[in-house]
Formats: sequence, structure tokens, C-alpha cells
Amino acid sequence: MIAFAVLQHRTRILLAAAGLAALAIVAVAAGAHLRGNDQLRELLSLLVLAVPAILGAFWGAPLLAGEFETGTFRLAWTQSVTRTRWTVAQVGVLGLAGTALVGLLSLLVTWWAGPLDRAGADRFLTFSSRDLVPVGYAAFAFALGVAVGVLIRRVLPAMATAFAAFVAARVAVAQWVRPNLLAPVRLSLPLDPSSTGYGGGPFAASTLQPEPPRLPNAWIISMRVVDAAGHPLTRSVLSDTCPGLGTRASDEPRSGLAHQQAPQSAVDRMHDCVTRIGTTYHEAVAYQPAQRYWALQWYETAIFVGAGAALVAFCLWWVRRRGRQRSIRCGTAPSS
Amino acid sequence: MSDSILRARGLTRRYGRRAGLSDCTLSVPPGRVVGLVGPNGAGKTTLLHLAVGLLAPTSGTVEVFGERPGYRPEHLARVGFVAHDAPLYPRLSVAGHLRMGALLNPGWDAPFAAERVRRLGLDPGQRAGRLSAGQRAQLALTLAVAKRPELLILDEPAASLDPIARRDFLDDTARVVAERGTSVVFSSHLVGDLERICDYLIILVASRVRAAGPVAELLAGLPVPVPLEDLVLAYLREDQPEVAA
Repeated sequence: MIAFAVLQHRTRILLAAAGLAALAIVAVAAGAHLRGNDQLRELLSLLVLAVPAILGAFWGAPLLAGEFETGTFRLAWTQSVTRTRWTVAQVGVLGLAGTALVGLLSLLVTWWAGPLDRAGADRFLTFSSRDLVPVGYAAFAFALGVAVGVLIRRVLPAMATAFAAFVAARVAVAQWVRPNLLAPVRLSLPLDPSSTGYGGGPFAASTLQPEPPRLPNAWIISMRVVDAAGHPLTRSVLSDTCPGLGTRASDEPRSGLAHQQAPQSAVDRMHDCVTRIGTTYHEAVAYQPAQRYWALQWYETAIFVGAGAALVAFCLWWVRRRGRQRSIRCGTAPSS
Repeated sequence: MSDSILRARGLTRRYGRRAGLSDCTLSVPPGRVVGLVGPNGAGKTTLLHLAVGLLAPTSGTVEVFGERPGYRPEHLARVGFVAHDAPLYPRLSVAGHLRMGALLNPGWDAPFAAERVRRLGLDPGQRAGRLSAGQRAQLALTLAVAKRPELLILDEPAASLDPIARRDFLDDTARVVAERGTSVVFSSHLVGDLERICDYLIILVASRVRAAGPVAELLAGLPVPVPLEDLVLAYLREDQPEVAA
């Protein structure tokens, strides 16, 4: 059965491998003078991020959905091989090949971008597109595609759904799971009057903005200004302690120059304000230190591989049990 | 019982609220060419899919060679099946399909398959998606026969063939059956097909078995001799009392 699965899928596996080999040759040959190109680095990072989603949509989703849509499962499952073994071989051959190719792509990009990554000293910035995690993403995306294909049983809707579901899962894990896989290290720093600024983001009210601590390659998860009891600095405390903060003082010249140096009086007032706040408040930083990079890589990979394995188990259960209970719908209407 | 290849007891299959097959009880002896006849939507495909294990019954049981079909490879090897639209992998070549047959069936008869493909004039390098409907049906039948099954189940095998190809196909099937002693169950809504090669008939109407038995017995039970076609039509029109086989 494995031999037949290889026969069936070898063309696209070889094409994908050839594409990867071509990329590798270009990367090695042109490496010397392109390795300093930051835009190319970002493009390659994007490729590593996108390829698992593509794998799930284009290899995973059609694998069984195509069998149902064209009705060929009736050919496949009436050969002298159980449908369980058939499914294991199909999923195994194409899934392992796809996952291995993504792993090699990640290896290539990790190596190629190494010098710029090291110079950037921000390993967690490229966490999702380097080293091991792309392998987990690929395995999961493929299994998700197969499972969605089994449930939807039509190729195009399955491809679209698999793509969207994978992106959602990836974002959810990166946003809510990854920061909490290991309890973050907490650090308390006095507020530095010379580097703390004031401002806000598009979704956050303006408040004091301390400078991030210098922790090369660490992942700073949060940075807040809190008092000894851990209560965050409120707007009222800030405006009571530093009246007029964030408003333009009357003695400041109104100038049209955008990048004008702040006037000395404003700098002094800011300095005084931070010093006063700093008597009761400090900067609380939560971060993942640089040496946890590999632990987090392994954990996240394990989570995605585990979820992928669960999805494959679901597909096997479905094929063996549920598949016989569902009515047989095919691309062409059965004449009963 | 070992003397029946296909046995159904109270076999029922529902699709939601719609009945595909209702309370079907049958016993087909070996060595027969069984015609399964009935109008469109009568449940022929449902019965055949249940018999090869592609579907599970909603209630009741179906046994082929005394066991639940579709679960063991040794059992799958004993049954050949061609679905009504002769599904093939459109991008896999004719030779690729034969290779598939060889890889997936321990009893594969490679010389037979090669010879039959040659005789049919199929180009081994041709992708199955480029074949005509008739050629696809022939290739699908070749795959099913070359695995050397003891029971061949064919769902409307001749439906996509022109009249000449149809006759050749049926004669070909009859020859294979005679040479190998294979039992055959095949469905059709064309009585002419059945008359040509069947010696056992199952008549399905509106998801129920209306009659089942050897053709000779079905005809012998009548007060006056009538052609098989008239007998079948009479059953299909439901103006004939049920005949127990």
C-alpha cells in the first residue's frame, strides 16, 4: 500500500523537492552577497510561515476530499487492503514527505538568515519561521487539511476551510499559548527618569513608557508601571502627580517642525515627573529569557505535532466507522 | 450457511428519513450470475454498497462468504467491485492502474490484466481521465476481475456503453465467469442485459425486494409461459403478487 501511495504522489513530492533544491542552490550560490539583504530575509521568513498553510490546503485537504468528490474511494476501498491501512499509507507518505520538506526549508532559511538573525539579537522575533516549529506547523496543517477534507468532502471548500482554520490555530497559539508555556521571568526595575517617555498606542491610553531593558535575544512579553502592591499606574495618579503632562505648556514655542527636539523645559518637567512617580512605582517586566528559546521551540512543536496526531486519529476513526454510516455522495449522482 | 455467498437478514439502510433499502432478506447461492433489477432509486446501489462494505446497515445484517464485508483484507480480496460510474484516478495512467491493482491485491493476475488491456486496445500510457466512458468501464472491470475474486459485484456495468460495446461487455463478462467459476451480482435496469447472462434474479421496487430466485423458478411459477421481460415488467408495475423464492 505504501508503494502505491508513493506511486500516486511521487510527481508532486518530486516537484516540491525540486523547488526546494533550486532555492537551496540559489541560496548557497548567491549567499555571499545576498545574505546581508534584510528584505530577502523577511521574504524567506514569510515563505517559511506560508508553506505549512499551503501544504495543508493543497496537499492535506484534497487527499481524502478528492476521493469523495470524484468517487474514487469506491475503487480504493474495494481493493484487498483495508481502508484503515490505505488511509494510514496515504496520510503517512504525503504527510511525512510534506513535513520533511518544510523541515528542510526551515533548516535552509535558518542557516541562510543566521548572520542577520544574530546581528538583530532578537531570536523570538523570528521564532515561528526558524528552527523546529515549522515542522510542527507542517504536520498539523497537513493533518488539519485531511480532517477538514474528510468532514467537508468537497475539495475547494475543504481547501479554503483548512487554510483559514490553520491560520486561526497558529495565531491563537502564538498569542495565548506560547507566552504561557513557561512561567515568564519577572523583573522589577526602578523607573529611569532619563529614558522613560510618555505616549500610547492606537489601542492604549497614553501613559508612562519605560525603555525596554537590555536583554539580548529575550522575549519581552509585558512591561508595566506598577506600585509595590502590583497595582498599575492609573491615569488619575499620573495626572495628580504630574499635572499638565501630555499637554503643551504655554511657554513652549509652537513650531511646525515635526522632528524638532523637545524644548529643555519639557524634558525637565518629564524628568521631574518620572522621578516623583518613581518613588512609589517601578517598572515590572515579564519575559522569556534567551536560553528558553529551544525549550519553547520544542514545546510548541510538540503541541502542534500532538494536535496533528489527534487529527489523524480522528480521520482513521471516521474512515473506519463514521464513513460507512454517512450516505455516499459523489461528484456524479448515484442512480441508486 | 456456507452454501450462500450473499446473505441479508432484515437489511435496512436509511439516508436520514429516506429509506434506501428496507427490510431486505436474501440468500444468494454460489456459482450464479445474479441480476439485480429495479427502477432508478429502487435501492440497487445501496444494496451493492452494503454488500461490499462501503456502507454499514442502519439495521439488520449482511454477510458475504459468511462475514461482515469490507473489514479484513483477506475478505476484500475475495470480492471484486465496480461502481456504477467506474471510478478511476483521472491522472493515473492505464498502466498505473494496473500497477495499483498489482500492489494492492495479492491474487493479482498480471498476465490476464495486460492481455485484456491489449485486447481492448487501451494505450497503457494514456491517463484514465482521457479515456471514453466505455473504455473506463472496461478498465474498471479489468481491475476487478484481475484481482481474481470469487464474487464480482458490478453496479450498472454496461450503463455507459453503446449497444455494441454493451453486448461485447456482457459476453466478455459471461466468458470470464464461465472460465473462472466466479459468482456475479450485477445491477441493471435493462431487462435485455439480464436475459442475456443471468440465471438468478432479484427484483427491487421502492427499496423493497419484490422477488428473488432462480430465473427458471420464477418463470416456472407462472400459469402460462411468458418472456422474462414481461415477468420483470409485471413485478415492476406492482400488479403481480409477491413470489417467495
